[in-house]
Amino acid sequence: MNAIQITGLSRDYGKRRVVDRLELTVGSGELFALLGVNGAGKSTTIKMLCCLTAPTEGDAALMGHSVRTDSHRAKEVLAVSPQETAVAPGLTVAENLALMAGVYGRPRTRVSEVMEQLGLAQWARQRAKTLSGGWQRRLSIAMALVSQPEVLFLDEPTLGLDVLARRELWGVIRGLKGRTAIILTTHYLEEAEALADRIGIMAAGKLRAVGTPEELKALAGCLTFEDAFVALAGEEAAS
Amino acid sequence: MRMLAFARRNTKELLRDPLTLFFGLGFPLVLLVLMNVIQRNVPVQIFALETLAPGIALFGLTFLALFSGLLLARDRSTAFLSRLAASPMTAADFLLGYLLPLLPMAVGQSAVCLAAAVALGLPLSWNLPAVVLSLIPSALLFIALGLLCGTLFNDKQVGGMCGAILTNATAWLAGIWFDLSLVGGAFQKIAYALPFVHGADGAKAALAGDWAALPGHLLWVSAWAAALMALAVWLFRRKMVER
Repeated sequence: MNAIQITGLSRDYGKRRVVDRLELTVGSGELFALLGVNGAGKSTTIKMLCCLTAPTEGDAALMGHSVRTDSHRAKEVLAVSPQETAVAPGLTVAENLALMAGVYGRPRTRVSEVMEQLGLAQWARQRAKTLSGGWQRRLSIAMALVSQPEVLFLDEPTLGLDVLARRELWGVIRGLKGRTAIILTTHYLEEAEALADRIGIMAAGKLRAVGTPEELKALAGCLTFEDAFVALAGEEAAS
Repeated sequence: MRMLAFARRNTKELLRDPLTLFFGLGFPLVLLVLMNVIQRNVPVQIFALETLAPGIALFGLTFLALFSGLLLARDRSTAFLSRLAASPMTAADFLLGYLLPLLPMAVGQSAVCLAAAVALGLPLSWNLPAVVLSLIPSALLFIALGLLCGTLFNDKQVGGMCGAILTNATAWLAGIWFDLSLVGGAFQKIAYALPFVHGADGAKAALAGDWAALPGHLLWVSAWAAALMALAVWLFRRKMVER
């Protein structure tokens, strides 16, 4: 079964169409990177897939559960790490993770497992608001992993992290590949190139191209992935 | 289970905020002591403990609206609520999760206020627990008002509405500082159409052992609380998914 099956997914805001008839499948355990310049429609797409924004047309199924008609079941298999750090500031690291374990009905043992996995054990008793930005971001990602989701949305997961922290997180994300379907949005092209099995490039609400980094470079006739991205996501491609 | 996990989180967030403790417990006690001191220094009966204590206990509950509204509005202003909205939590899980931690807080707050009144000279009686129970519908009313404001407005607006406007409106319209019949007319009619004075009068009736008067006041407050809570749930559910 495909982890994600998107058919004709569209979203309008007034008369403006921000996501236009998206068609895409993502396999179980696949890491799919969704790229695009600001305003390309990535965030709206993620919100629709997370059941936070209702599609205007079309549908998407997560592990077979429609986001339109079976959103409660869809929500049971997904988890999201939003672009903005999303933690409860007054709770400790362990309490934040225990909250998510409770919300998804997972055993408390998941808390210590995830803390070990993301190197958070040393901060277990520290309140989230007192952590540095990098550690808060790591906690935010850990909170998405507690439920062992079948579909994971990582929205700009390494934004604001230093190089070492970013590389460490890449290791964590690589470790999830094969077990969890991951949709990764990022502005760091090298991140997508290093991690993703396939990459989709959005422009003006449309999915302009999908393929491996090598396939996209060949499609755009470019030597580097950055040049290929510019060619496929630029204004000319969008028009 | 989901709701209880969320309620535990909200309990911790509330208890770890020193403002909650100050406004929840400290401020009503300061008012009670202050009014009592004034009473002792004037020759006429203005603030009798029998009417002042239930009134202040009700007034203290207005801060529940501030606490619930601020917590919800702050959650809404961050991606934290988006994360939870993408989880299997329902609107009822959310709102009960915000409400549950505040109910024991309301009971404790009323009990502490009445205990302080006893220390200041209010006669100890078996009616005091009834006063605490009679204030539960009012607690639900203020929590519902807070959740409604927290659903609609940002934390600064909630601070203004629940922290300033609501506390003042309650103080004036609940007949805590003066008998509403002294003003009379439209003011009194409006006050009695609203739930606040019924909350105070119900608590006063419970303290006086006037059991015949109690149900009418409690029903009025309960009806308002139920209507506001239903509205909060409906609005929150609509806001959970962008349409």
